[in-house]
Amino acid sequence: MALLALVLLPAVLGLLALALPGSGARRALLVGGALLQGALVTVVLRDGAPPALGGWLALDALGTLFLGTTTLLFVVVALHAQAGVRGGAGVERAFVPCLFWFLAAMTLVTLSQHLGVLWVAVEATTLASAPLVYHNRDAHALEAAWKYLLLCSVGIALALLGTFLVALAAGGARSAVPLTLDALVRQGHAGGLDPKLLAGAFVFLLVGYGTKMGLAPLHTWLPDAHSQAPASASALLSGALLSCAFLALLRGWQLCQAAGLGPFAARLFVFFGLLSMVLAAAFIVGQRDYKRLLAYSSMEHMGVLALGVGVGGAASYGALLHAVNHSLAKGLLFLVAGNILAVYGTRATTGVRGVLRRLPLSGALWLAGFFALAGLPPFGLFVSEITILRGMVEQGRWWVVALYLAALAAVFAGMSSIVLRMAQGQPGEDELRATPPEPWSATVPPLLLAAGVLLLGLWIPAPLDRLLHAAAVSLGGQP
Amino acid sequence: MGLISLCLVLVVLLSVGVLAASRLQTSIRLVAAQGVVLGLLPALLHDRELGVHLLVFAAGAIAVKGWLMPWLLLRAMREAEVRREVEPFIGFSATLLLAGGLTGAAFLMADELPIPVPADSQLLVGAALSTLAIGALVMVTRKKAVTQVLGYLLLENGIYVFGQTLTGSVPELVELGILLDVLAGVFVMGIAIFHINREFDHMSVPELTALRD
Repeated sequence: MALLALVLLPAVLGLLALALPGSGARRALLVGGALLQGALVTVVLRDGAPPALGGWLALDALGTLFLGTTTLLFVVVALHAQAGVRGGAGVERAFVPCLFWFLAAMTLVTLSQHLGVLWVAVEATTLASAPLVYHNRDAHALEAAWKYLLLCSVGIALALLGTFLVALAAGGARSAVPLTLDALVRQGHAGGLDPKLLAGAFVFLLVGYGTKMGLAPLHTWLPDAHSQAPASASALLSGALLSCAFLALLRGWQLCQAAGLGPFAARLFVFFGLLSMVLAAAFIVGQRDYKRLLAYSSMEHMGVLALGVGVGGAASYGALLHAVNHSLAKGLLFLVAGNILAVYGTRATTGVRGVLRRLPLSGALWLAGFFALAGLPPFGLFVSEITILRGMVEQGRWWVVALYLAALAAVFAGMSSIVLRMAQGQPGEDELRATPPEPWSATVPPLLLAAGVLLLGLWIPAPLDRLLHAAAVSLGGQP
Repeated sequence: MGLISLCLVLVVLLSVGVLAASRLQTSIRLVAAQGVVLGLLPALLHDRELGVHLLVFAAGAIAVKGWLMPWLLLRAMREAEVRREVEPFIGFSATLLLAGGLTGAAFLMADELPIPVPADSQLLVGAALSTLAIGALVMVTRKKAVTQVLGYLLLENGIYVFGQTLTGSVPELVELGILLDVLAGVFVMGIAIFHINREFDHMSVPELTALRD
């Protein structure tokens, strides 16, 4: 029942937030609810929880990893949303309820062991987060929300077709094998699946959940939605939701591994991973909107994740560590981007100069976040990117190594010129005087994330290390 | 020809009808009619094990697909004062020709696929694939936001028909979840349509091209 409570609590909190009258009360509920959910998740992670709903919901190593990251990011974002009044629009009525429902849907994604439940949960994340994208209530936000809603709904509809094909591969109506990971992967029923139908199913799952994850060439909605949403929603969309979509895709990957289709799935992962990295690099170089810059960077890192899992071996561990690192670093950068946007009032990279002088703490965090995201030591993404590289080198896949490094270098060059130009420079005296000091709620939450991503670069706590190993093994990687 | 085959042919004809209709209200009503036929389908396919929960589910599916969703869309149109014409990118005769080709291809492909179907329903997979393809065609060849939602619904309906090959292995609770998700999707899209019309004063999707690199 504990697992069911993890999904129901934010859902009920969302209803409660809808009923509350004032925006102050809603914001207080956001923090209180987030902390409550954080405490509940901590207890469940520490003590474990029995499967619920007849095995449809359970915590395995992979799910635990993404549940922990999602919840952590949500708590930090809830703290940061306290600064939301400075954005101008304030916290409007639908925003907090949708945030809670979004959390409920993402939590359900991480707990789902049944492929049908997983689909329902992923589609629910789209529906709960589309109103968040439209928060700014202008023509651009509307365009972004519409594209997001329609493209992702169609994509996920194809994932449903893929799910039905898995059921057919399992024998269709005559079969008694339930579509749970426990039956298919751990009890080994996947070996009896029809390989041709399963291969078709995996392609549809890849297209469907890949759309949601922002893999090229199905990423077109991503930069729009992530740049138009307000800071807290962008941080969750990029840091938590993309990881959840990745998890959904990994469930299909696990099926293929168990059914002996590992090499087939690996080729597709490597191809689409590299394609996403290269295309993202092309859009990052010369980008004129810094929130879109971050969005394309997310696409690049999703490419790294798919590539890492596709390469396998040591890279599986690296990819999972990278998912955690990326969530923290991208959450950090989108929150700081929100601070910058609130003061400068523009998303244009050319309109922002001297962040370090005008907003010292946000400026420093902006730079730290960029160094982390670019994979420089001593941050966590350096460790995970090197681990993925080691996996490729061990297998002697030199073409993959070359493309991987070239894309990373191009992204670094493209991002550094933009980010450094924004941070440096001398703002006018009037601007400096007109800028009030930043409230704690704007700077402390991203500071926490920066500390986290720095910590993961220096030392990985033993429980996290064990969890990452167990999750990597469940993906067929090296222990 | 059995009742099941008749229903499946009707599903395909209604999809083509959505593509052929020149008025939005007609298109919405055709999708509603298709929803009713789809609601009957599980009961017809499993008439021997016709239990209470199957009937309840059929009634629910008819209520949602045949009444609630079309009502939401018609209401969104009324409140947003959408004009009634469909506004295609590509002319009606050309898209109908394309739809004919896609339907033929879908049925040919269905024959090749190694998918076991319930008795008396050889047309099932073909009908599913052609509805899916026509839904995609509606989405890419029609300008208005409402028609894109209709295309999405056709696509979902096609997948729903496809899912009938495996009733039993997908639990009812999951099917219910899928139905609710699609319903909520139409609800949110209906709200978005209202805002699009207010913002742009009409509802053509080509206007939504400000965001790009």
